[in-house]
Formats: sequence, structure tokens, C-alpha cells
Amino acid sequence: METVTATAGSLPRGLAEIRADFPVLARRINGKPLVYVDNAATSQKPASVIEAISSYYRESNANIHRSMHALAAEATELYEGARSRVAAFVGASPEEIVFVRNATEAINLVRFTWAREHVDAGDTVLVTRMEHHSNVVPWQLLCAEQGARLAYVELDAEGRLDLDGLDALLATGDVKLIALTQVSNVLGTINPVAEIAARAHAAGAKVLVDGAQAVPQLPVDLGQTGADFYAFTGHKMLGPTGIGVLWGRRELLEEMPPFLGGGSMIRMVADDHSTWAALPAKFEAGTPAIAEAAGLGAAVDYLSGLGMDSVRAHERDLTAYALERLGAIDRLTIYGPEDASERGSLVSFTVAGVHPHDIAEICNREAVAIRAGHHCAQPLMRQLGVPATARASFSVYNGRDDVDRLTAALEAAITIFGT
Amino acid sequence: MDELYREYILDHYKNPRNFGELEPHDVECFDRNPLCGDEMGVHIKLDGDRIADLRFHGQGCAISQAAASIISDELMGKTVSEVASLDRSFIAEELGLELSPTRLKCGLLGLKVVQGALLGTDEWPTGTPEDDPAAEDVAKLRNEI
Repeated sequence: METVTATAGSLPRGLAEIRADFPVLARRINGKPLVYVDNAATSQKPASVIEAISSYYRESNANIHRSMHALAAEATELYEGARSRVAAFVGASPEEIVFVRNATEAINLVRFTWAREHVDAGDTVLVTRMEHHSNVVPWQLLCAEQGARLAYVELDAEGRLDLDGLDALLATGDVKLIALTQVSNVLGTINPVAEIAARAHAAGAKVLVDGAQAVPQLPVDLGQTGADFYAFTGHKMLGPTGIGVLWGRRELLEEMPPFLGGGSMIRMVADDHSTWAALPAKFEAGTPAIAEAAGLGAAVDYLSGLGMDSVRAHERDLTAYALERLGAIDRLTIYGPEDASERGSLVSFTVAGVHPHDIAEICNREAVAIRAGHHCAQPLMRQLGVPATARASFSVYNGRDDVDRLTAALEAAITIFGT
Repeated sequence: MDELYREYILDHYKNPRNFGELEPHDVECFDRNPLCGDEMGVHIKLDGDRIADLRFHGQGCAISQAAASIISDELMGKTVSEVASLDRSFIAEELGLELSPTRLKCGLLGLKVVQGALLGTDEWPTGTPEDDPAAEDVAKLRNEI
């Protein structure tokens, strides 16, 4: 039995206690205790989330918003209760919280509704060089369909957005939308979304923020981000897969046409036309992910219990420690801002002479789970001039002992590959 | 001690044989392994239907680069139909180990581009030698790969 020497520091409970909440962390891989540092891909789930899903199916399973019986009322309450808690978690009102499958679907929802009506031939959509494919490909498709132009906001040497370049792009006057991430899933960069939104609005553009990486690790108050649309996903924030959120400003959501047509999203169906339900049901056609919503509600409760300020402080300190330990390894190059206060809780790196895929394989032998690859960010990889990077990304249950295990695994990889 | 990263494979990774460009060449092919971004191209000079000379070029993980280097000498002088019959077991033999499902495509990328250059195929080499495999076995195997 390994002694947990890590301390949670900023967190209200000890790290050992927090780790005990996550059943999967008890696993051993190759005979060694699992170190899970692939949280930017997906986080692990606390028992309370697993239990919320399980107890919904065991005790309350029914369809929502329809039948009159007790189970249906309970299921509806679970689903709408989750919506209210998620709304409170990000400082929004429940009518503006649309449940979707994931952040990708949230972004595509905006593409197929608002964007089709407001982006025309000759208009420009801006994305940034650091976007995940989920915030690039939908806009490529939209621009091809509408005859619009897609342009990139580029980065400086440390991986920050070039705001002068942004101004130059906005100055053309034909930008209708800027789609950008709040936190880069490769560089870790935390973007000044409120500042960017102010500039975009002054130029008459709307702002869509991909918050898939931000919501799990930063206190997010949607009113303060300046965003018009904001997308995030449950599975990266200790919740289940299959549920995500699109938030939009009420007046925009009100004027948008529906996305998918079907049950639940209508007010009245005539033979040849229909009218739409009020927000947010207008955008939630069909039976939704009820169990997953209950799970997401439990995830939000868990994070709120720790406090997002504490979560951020803990993960910032851990990232600073990782930057220090990994930065001391010869042949290792770290990407993104040098200062942990400017970045989210992840470190992407390469090691000269050892391909990221081989790094990940050797880390796995030491039971250290990291990601290697292009991280669904090929436009950024081209800019960095690397085919792939390795990435360690942290969550609430990670501690300095995990970074030490990672460091040891990287040193083992370097030893195996020699000079 | 380390089967995957033993000296034989690391040596081919660090000092790949038959690597570079080959000008002039008769056929060529380039492909990627989308999983980890391995890239591999090949230039082949033919003598009739035999490989007279070939050069790989690319970048990627140790397994993809070493496997291409290791098979490069073996491929010299082979006919197109001989290359067509090569499969997963050929790579396993040459590497001296069976690759795990997560690394199989790394190991097969070099053979894939050679078959692509000679046969115009865009399929991953199959894992069934000699006899004709049933369609569902091929599908299953490709899934596995």
C-alpha cells in the first residue's frame, strides 16, 4: 500500500479523501497504482455521480414532461433540477441552459441555427490558431455552405492570442462571429475572452466561447465572459459522457430557429406547420439524456462542494510544480505560456529523440495515463511545427506525487531511448 | 528486459536504413497514421515487376520508423505479387514480436505505403496469410487494427 504524501493545499479536504471519492483511482495498471493525468481528454467520475445515474435508473426511471405518475414527476424534477444547478454553477438562468450531447453538438447547434441566418456570402468567421477541431470544422462547413470566409487569429511565441492581429481582422468590418476557446487544450493558454468579446462587439461581431476546458477548472460567470454563446461538456467536469451545455443570451436564443424538430420542442403541431416551445425546450427535441443530466447535476454539486476558487488554486499550484519538474528535464520542450497563472492545468511537451507516442507507451508501463497525439488541434500542430505532443492534464484528485511519478516515467523513457 | 524498445528496434529508429528520397523513381505513396500522426512515404524504382530500389521518408514513433527500416532490405528484389501477399505476420516476423492493437498500425504503416505504391491500394495489410480470408474476418481484423 502506497502512502499518499501529497497535500491538497488549497482544497477544503485532504487529497487522500478526495481520491477515495473516485473509484477508478483504486485501480492498478501493470501492478502499479494508477496516475490519471489525462483529464483534458476526459475526467474521472466521483461515486456520487455514478450513484446519481444508477439511482435514477433503479428508482425514478420515467420519461419527463409528460406522464402524470410519480416516477415521471421525479424524473422531471431530477432533469430540471440538474439544469438549475448547472445554471447556478456558471451564473446563468435555467432558460438559457440548453442540454445537448457535448460541446461539439453545442457549437454545431449555433452553426445550424444562428449562423445560417446571420453569416452570408462575403462575411467572415474568425477562429483562433489554438482551437480544437470541434470549433474549427463546423465553421469550415458553414463558410463553405454560405460562401463566407474563415480566418485565423494567430498566436505569439508563448502561445497567446495576437490581439493586434485580431483588431486588424475585425477592422475589415465583415466579421460576423468569432469562435474561440477560453482555455487551450494544448497550450493551456487562458484567453482574455471578456476583452476579446468587447472588441468583437464593438466591431459588430458575435462571440462563441468553447468552455469545454474552462468550466472544469476555472470559476466561470457567464455574464462576465462577454460571450453570446458558450459551449461546455459534462464528461470533462467529473460528469458523464453524453451530456453537454449550450448557453446563449436569451434574446439570441429567442430569435433563433429550432435545431432539431420533434417531440418536446413544440407548442402546437398543425398539419402543415408547428410553433415552438419556450426556452430551453425549443432546442431539446426528443427524449433527452435524463440519467446523464442527473449525473451532471451531481458533478456540479461535487465541484461546488470543493469550491471553484479552491479547485483553480490547487490546479494552478500543481501546474506550476509540473512546469518546474518537467522544465528541469534535459531535451524536454514545453509549449504554451511559462507562467502558471496564465494557463490552465495542463502541460504539453515533446522530448527530443522520443516520439510522443513512445513517451505515452512508456508512461503507461509506469501506470501514468497521459495523452499523446495532435489533440484534435492540427492547425496548431502545424504552427508549432510538430506532428504531435505529449500532454499531462490535471484535475482535483491529482497531487505533486502524481507529477513526481510522471517525471520518473519520462526519465525512464529518456533512459530507454538513450542519446 | 524491454521487448518493444530493445536495442534492435531503437537502432533502426535512430539509424534508419534506406531512408531519404529516391530520384528518379517509378512509383510512390504517402500516408499517415491518424492515431498518433506518424507519417511515412516511399519512393520505389522498379525493374520489370521487381523492386529494384526503394527509400522511405517520414517521421513518427519508434515503431513506425523502425519497422519501415527493418523491412526495407527485405523488400528489395520482391515482385509486386510477392509484396501483395505480405501481411501482419510479415511485420511480426521482421520485428520479432507481435504488436499490441494500439501499436499495430504504427508497425504496418511502412508496408501499407509500399503496397499502396505498387498496387494502388488504400487498405491496411491484412493479418491472414496465404489463403483467402472470409470477408467478416477481414472486417474484424481491420477493426482490430
